[in-house]
Amino acid sequence: MAEELKLVTTWSQSVHEMQLGATRQEGGSRKAALTVGGEGALPFLFKEGALPHKPLIAAEIFDVPQDDEPEALRRDLKGISGDPVSWAKAMIADAGADLVSLKLAGIHPDGANTSAGQAVSLVKKILAAVDRPLIVLGCGEAARDNEVLPLVSEATKGERLLFGDAVQENYKTLTAACIADGHNIIAESPIDVNIAKQLNILISDLGMPANRIIINPTIGALGYGLEYAYSIMERARNAALSGDKMLAMPFICFVGQESWRAKEARVPASESPAWGDAAERGIMWEVVTAMSCLQAGADILTMRHPRAIKIIKSEIQELMKRP
Amino acid sequence: MALSGLDIYKLLPKTNCKKCGFQTCLAFAMQLAKKAVSLDKCPSVGESVRLKLEEASLPAIRLVEIGTGDKRVAIGQETVLFRHEEKFYHPTAVGLMVEDDLAAAEFGRTLEQVKALTFERVGQQIGVDLVALHNKSGKTERFVEQLKCVRAAVSLPLVLMVSSAETLKAALGLCASERPLAYCPKAADLEAFIAVCKEFRVPLAFRASCLEEFSAATQKAAQAGFMDLVLDIPENTTTERLWQLTQIRRLSLKKGERSLGFPTMVVVNTAVESEAVCQAAAYIAKYASILLLRTTKPEHVLPLLTLRQNIFTDPQKPLQVEPNVYPVGAVSQDSPLLVTTNFSLTYYTVLGEIESSRRPCYLLCMDTEGMSVLTAWAAEKFGAEQVADTLTKFKLADTVRHKSIVIPGYVAMMSGDLEDKSGWRVLVGPREASGLPAFLKNLPQG
Repeated sequence: MAEELKLVTTWSQSVHEMQLGATRQEGGSRKAALTVGGEGALPFLFKEGALPHKPLIAAEIFDVPQDDEPEALRRDLKGISGDPVSWAKAMIADAGADLVSLKLAGIHPDGANTSAGQAVSLVKKILAAVDRPLIVLGCGEAARDNEVLPLVSEATKGERLLFGDAVQENYKTLTAACIADGHNIIAESPIDVNIAKQLNILISDLGMPANRIIINPTIGALGYGLEYAYSIMERARNAALSGDKMLAMPFICFVGQESWRAKEARVPASESPAWGDAAERGIMWEVVTAMSCLQAGADILTMRHPRAIKIIKSEIQELMKRP
Repeated sequence: MALSGLDIYKLLPKTNCKKCGFQTCLAFAMQLAKKAVSLDKCPSVGESVRLKLEEASLPAIRLVEIGTGDKRVAIGQETVLFRHEEKFYHPTAVGLMVEDDLAAAEFGRTLEQVKALTFERVGQQIGVDLVALHNKSGKTERFVEQLKCVRAAVSLPLVLMVSSAETLKAALGLCASERPLAYCPKAADLEAFIAVCKEFRVPLAFRASCLEEFSAATQKAAQAGFMDLVLDIPENTTTERLWQLTQIRRLSLKKGERSLGFPTMVVVNTAVESEAVCQAAAYIAKYASILLLRTTKPEHVLPLLTLRQNIFTDPQKPLQVEPNVYPVGAVSQDSPLLVTTNFSLTYYTVLGEIESSRRPCYLLCMDTEGMSVLTAWAAEKFGAEQVADTLTKFKLADTVRHKSIVIPGYVAMMSGDLEDKSGWRVLVGPREASGLPAFLKNLPQG
């Protein structure tokens, strides 16, 4: 037989490794820290470079009840999602999520308009109830987030949480808070590799170490522009492995949030019988969105449905089987 | 693999004899690379160089066609590893496997399910492309009988997953003119299968244990004058199969490895449907030309067909939505009217936010030639004049009675001009679609 047929790409750089959560010895209170990033090769090509850490799943939870939950989520999270603390616990213990992503939707002035004190106290309660690292997201209203997130950051100083999202128009306040309190930060760019890089530079210029920044490339759901972020991630990861330090950050993809907005995840079978069982369809929408993100290089997937989380968790195990 | 002008120059005599009509050999080489002239113009070039250039002009990955007529499936001939480098040309052909040992009723039901797997998305029809009949019974008679049933029920191109060359011959006697894809599961039978496929002029997928075995087999087949091959990646972990798919694509594109320059096939055999969906999604993203599945449930197949549609969209030519006025929810003449572009990502993002606001609205989709809001504005496809004309064109004064229109926040600067040109009241909406639910919540009726 002829010599082995192989074409291995040699890359010049690895993605930064980001540590999530700090243990007692490290000044936090987490039972164990988690690490993402560190890839020295394209996704799951183990024969080409080091892929030291498996992608993580963060369960998406909210501080206040969401009134527009699709049927499959409403039914399967019944009795769980009413209280964010028990919701967080259940997603770790029962669904098998690696960590929790809490969106402080309630602080929005047009929403429940809860106080900063309530946000701080909720985050502390969740940290006391689960021993995993936490992702804390603002409501998206810049002024309000700039009021509340620094207070949450300060109250959880040393826990090495992940805060988001910093955007090009509003990154300074959150970056300063995360630097001061030892947290990581999510840098969000609108499906644009140049803005992603620019924002990483801006945040770094304020003094944030590169290994505490994670890129949110703003994915679209399956069928709703998924391919744009997919290609942005492939471009950014190729650039990172080829030596671009300011794109060598891990990726976080908001899979649950996007996929459950898709029509195909929401429409009941009675409206679209040809599309098959509605609950399973919604779960598969989340699952296939997640699988595509993994193939493009995702490091953290945030997800909603417990069954989708279980399916992807087991698939990550399968994909991480080293040859 | 296409040669560059310089690569070709190295093969030319470098005498600058000008007999080709160009001043230098280099100039001639540059035109050859662009395929603007024929090599025949050069009187001194030898046969070996001619062959080299001919070979280089062949596609790095062979095109294989299955079926005939409008359901014909073409696979292979890809040119890049990443869709952003150019585009992926031939979408993964998705096929469903049906066992020939099923009882008549179940067999019929499965075929009916397969037929129903076609959907309309973003104005395109997406569906399953192939039916693969698997010779689980191991018997020729049974296979041929069931093949007749499949052909009577379904008009899709077929994959003949037979157990022996004899069965293949019997099956092809029935349907060779429909150009089915034959399938050889065992390396030991390959020679016999190739002989049959050559005789009947049908393409052949075959399984080998590793890339070296694939390479040796295709070279042998080429010597026998048969090139219509598809490489079936053997059962293994998803990760190992992804590695082989990636290596085949890379070696053929980047190293000109002709013996691997064929379309690929992956059979997803797991009985656990959610696992099958996950694996299939990975193979659609990474280089499978054919994907054979067992699940016939629309809730599993629709997401995979949607992923295929996404991945194989041309990144240079964004999908567009047909310009029109679209009602969202239970609209009335008092529902708000919003305007956006026909770039499908913009349109569907806006649509999604309106839907999640639960306020019925009319969404006017402008013909911006697939450009997003700011790009279209800069290119003068989304200005006051165009919006005013579109309001008239679609007779929106008859659709809503409030005569006011919500424009994206990014084009707030056109509001005065638009009011003047159209006579409509202009409301400035949020800059990002994500602001729409809050905006619509606070927008007064009428």
